[in-house]
Amino acid sequence: MKVFIKRLLFLLAIMGIWQIVYYSNVFPDIAFPSLIQVFGSLINGFSDGDLIKALVASFKHLIIGLSLALVIGTVIGVILGKSTQADETAGMYLIALQSIPSIVWVPLSILIFGFTEFAVVFVVALGGTFVMALNVRSAIHNVPPQLVRAARTMGTSGFSLFYRVEVPSSVPYFITGIRLAWAFSWRALMAGEFLSNGPGLGYSLRFAQDYARMDQVIGIIMIIGVIGAVVDQLVFSKLEKNVMKRWGLLKS
Amino acid sequence: MFLKINNATKSFDNEFEVFSDLDLTIEENQFVSLLGPSGCGKSTLLSMVAGLESVTEGSIELDRQKITKAGPDRGMVFQQPSLFPWLNVKENVMFPIKKQKDAEERAEKFLKMVHLSRFQNNYTHELSGGMQQRVAIARALAMDPKVLLMDEPFGALDEQTRHILHEELMKIWQETQKTILFVTHSIQEAIKLSDRVVVMGTRPGRIIADFHIDIPRPRKRDDEEVIKLERKVMDLLEGEINKVLKEELSHEGIY
Repeated sequence: MKVFIKRLLFLLAIMGIWQIVYYSNVFPDIAFPSLIQVFGSLINGFSDGDLIKALVASFKHLIIGLSLALVIGTVIGVILGKSTQADETAGMYLIALQSIPSIVWVPLSILIFGFTEFAVVFVVALGGTFVMALNVRSAIHNVPPQLVRAARTMGTSGFSLFYRVEVPSSVPYFITGIRLAWAFSWRALMAGEFLSNGPGLGYSLRFAQDYARMDQVIGIIMIIGVIGAVVDQLVFSKLEKNVMKRWGLLKS
Repeated sequence: MFLKINNATKSFDNEFEVFSDLDLTIEENQFVSLLGPSGCGKSTLLSMVAGLESVTEGSIELDRQKITKAGPDRGMVFQQPSLFPWLNVKENVMFPIKKQKDAEERAEKFLKMVHLSRFQNNYTHELSGGMQQRVAIARALAMDPKVLLMDEPFGALDEQTRHILHEELMKIWQETQKTILFVTHSIQEAIKLSDRVVVMGTRPGRIIADFHIDIPRPRKRDDEEVIKLERKVMDLLEGEINKVLKEELSHEGIY
């Protein structure tokens, strides 16, 4: 509870400073709206349904794109993890691909798929696939050989060894992979939508920029930040922590 | 003979030879220790019996069947407990027998034998090292193997826990009548537990002595016969260890 109060006081202080700067008139109103304007635009956006529509569209892109990333990433990761041949051939390129910022894929995606929603989904999928593949690959590389030996002495081999030992042993890395894939996909989503023809939260952001609506710009940035933090903290961090604890990787 | 090792040779990449032409036969229901300095190939030999390592030349037979791969007729307990952290204690013991109808009852029976019934629903990381090793023993026994292979199973435990587990293992052995092949580098441990101590030497790995021990159990550390035998084995091994040291030092001299 003490932590909560500290955080709340900090937030109030920031808001106070914000309002002081606003009233001091250092910046023109158009570049620095008051908090009241920002919240007003948020309330407006939600009540006339524009922001809700944008949010629904964004989540649709995210869910489809992230699902693709998780499935394709897992398949690539398992292949590279299980086959030394494949890993030696393609493993290095995966690391190179992972280091490419997802906004770079946007022009490529638009040129291939046009200004469609799928162009955005494609960028989101690319954003998450490589990090997922890398994590699944290390998950399989990090299965303790001792557990595999033990399982073999109990008559377990082949596919049964894979799904009874290697898969469950990989779960903690797998969860970390999902969490990172989500984080990368979320960033890719905003980049993709920003340069798309909508609908979506990123598109609304550019729309607000085109009409010089700084209050809306800040409001949407807040939504993006809040969603990112809430999903990470409430869903993925908790999930990861529980799995780590359950797998005995975390001293409770 | 029950477990037969015929002219077994093990070499890695056809260059480094761990041992060659090794012969050893073990009778049923016996507790046999393989004792030797590190590098003599005792753990490698055990892994070969388990089917985890291939036999370069020669053969190993268990109950007249040639060993070609790992199988549930040979239970193995490693130095590390090697339990599956995503399963609880009981599920770990059930792992090798999951398809059997009475898997649950069998798991419970063997957990009771190692006095861990109370912890059957705990996760393995909640247990101490000694308890984890007892779960590993219960898991190996649950498959009802023909032979129980133990690779320095108590090597990572503290002195007190080791003594408690020695006594438990003796009780389990008498109760289940299993054939046990036990690898250790501790002379005391080997003499305290075994019917027979096979002493291995190094460079090349080979059997240098074979002691049949009929001192009545439980064997006390200060028993005169135990001390006598300990000294005898110690003298044997001292020569081996000196040999290794000398060789290492002479290598050092080259540089």
